[in-house]
Amino acid sequence: MRHVFNFLQSTVGRKYLMALTGLVLVFFVLGHMLGNLQIFLGAEAINAYAYKLHKLLPASALWFIRLFLLICIAIHVWTAVTLTLDNRKARPQGYQKKQAIQATYSSRTMRMSGIILLSFIFFHIAHFTVRSVPGMKYNEPGVISKKVDASNDFIPTEVPLVKKGEAVFKNGQKIMTFNVHDMMIAGFKSKLVSLFYIVATGLLCLHLTHGVSSMFQSLGIRNSFWRVRLDRVALVYGWTIFLGFAVIPIATLVGILRADPSGGLIANAQVHQQEDITHKLFTQEVTLK
Amino acid sequence: MNFTLRVWRQKDSVSRGELVEYKIQDVSEDSSFLEMLDILSENLVEDGKMPMAFDYDCREGICGMCSLTIDGIPHGPESGTTACQLHMRHFKDGQTITIEPWRAKPFPVVKDLIVDRSPLDKIIQSGGFITTRAGSATDANTHLIDKGTADYAMDAAACIGCGACVAACPNASAMLFTSAKVAHMNSLPQGKPEKHRRALAMVSTMDGEGFGGCTNIGECEAACPKNISLDVIAHLNRDYAIAQVKNFFKPSA
Ligand code: SF4
Ligand code: FES
Repeated sequence: MRHVFNFLQSTVGRKYLMALTGLVLVFFVLGHMLGNLQIFLGAEAINAYAYKLHKLLPASALWFIRLFLLICIAIHVWTAVTLTLDNRKARPQGYQKKQAIQATYSSRTMRMSGIILLSFIFFHIAHFTVRSVPGMKYNEPGVISKKVDASNDFIPTEVPLVKKGEAVFKNGQKIMTFNVHDMMIAGFKSKLVSLFYIVATGLLCLHLTHGVSSMFQSLGIRNSFWRVRLDRVALVYGWTIFLGFAVIPIATLVGILRADPSGGLIANAQVHQQEDITHKLFTQEVTLK
Repeated sequence: MNFTLRVWRQKDSVSRGELVEYKIQDVSEDSSFLEMLDILSENLVEDGKMPMAFDYDCREGICGMCSLTIDGIPHGPESGTTACQLHMRHFKDGQTITIEPWRAKPFPVVKDLIVDRSPLDKIIQSGGFITTRAGSATDANTHLIDKGTADYAMDAAACIGCGACVAACPNASAMLFTSAKVAHMNSLPQGKPEKHRRALAMVSTMDGEGFGGCTNIGECEAACPKNISLDVIAHLNRDYAIAQVKNFFKPSA
């Protein structure tokens, strides 16, 4: 135990923890982004994805993953806070004139981006996971949840799970699932919320452009040859994550993404209709010629 | 050349210091930065004032004594150059130059621009050595060392212990200095047997002396007059982690 304590006390050991938890979170955001992007495949796809995440995994596994991620965030933040305090103490009197020689903007602003990101994570979990941000339209009929007659409780609006344009049946009953698609779109309809999401993912990009390369250094697996390349990887990674996340609120605001209270049934019906029309047009054109 | 100097003056370690402005005229562009300070001191003495106190020894870039933060950059704007090897031709005529001491809690100001850098010596004392009796020099080629390793160790050994890395680091971290010593000794056969103990001891002393932690920003590498690379820090991080793991599973005595 003494050794573990010793390791945790050292500046180098804490950086190890920061890098390892950072690595977990780096992969998590990538998975999260890829999951989110399925919204462009329609309500059918993203609702089925959410259904798989929540219903096919045992509840304990889901909670284990959530807990694990929260612990990673907690360790990441704890190391950041204690190291920052130590670092502040190491220079009680600053320079009257100080110039950064080469330090990048992202590396000098890790604390700022980190603190704003943390507050964003709290908001985000309250917004979309716990769904309890006051003033958000959770209770609009057909969007998120509807009012139960007697009590004041809300229950989530369920839509059928759709596969290939048809509702999925199990034991003669439609499988119902939560309409994640419309929850996201309803959330991003608010300009203020969307703006916060876009700014936060922008800061995430900033945080990652230093962090993704820096974590290799902290783990001792980087050299000058790899540094330039890892810096580039980090830059591309940061921008990919930013664009992948930010495109959803933007697409909602400009009206590319629209609510679909049927959970994909009607949209698919429309697509089928449209296919029919184009098919007809095409055949007509051929006959005209 | 003429300059306006804003120089940190502090009577002793307990007094409060301040930046004092001096004008200096007719400085040769071939004079070094320290020679320019010598001229300033002479002028001050003529006026019946205290001359400037600043550290130096070799004045040829090998001892690591000179320690001036010039316009916010340790050792000044020229990269890979100590303050003593910096020449006034790199400045503009009529420029205002701000000169401050190294700033870090473990480096208290002794007087004016002189700071106490003995914490770096303590880091060396805790692990910057090998415990075999050195005795007389062994025959050449008794220890075969490949060129790559020899070059790497030599580059790390170029560190002159000036502390500019600490001064440049936003966290006042001594990681570049400590890592240079660890990388130098841990990569050579003579130093290998004690590499784990060395990494643990030197990091623990470094932390104990009150230096900050590394945030991989790289200002140290940019300020270092000997161009010590950040690679040595990755090396220390690696050796330190392995040492901790080995230590953890070590059979108890
Ligand atoms: S690593 Fe460079 S800056 Fe730091 S003490 Fe050694 S020579 Fe000076
Ligand atoms: S005085 Fe020796 S290195 Fe500058």
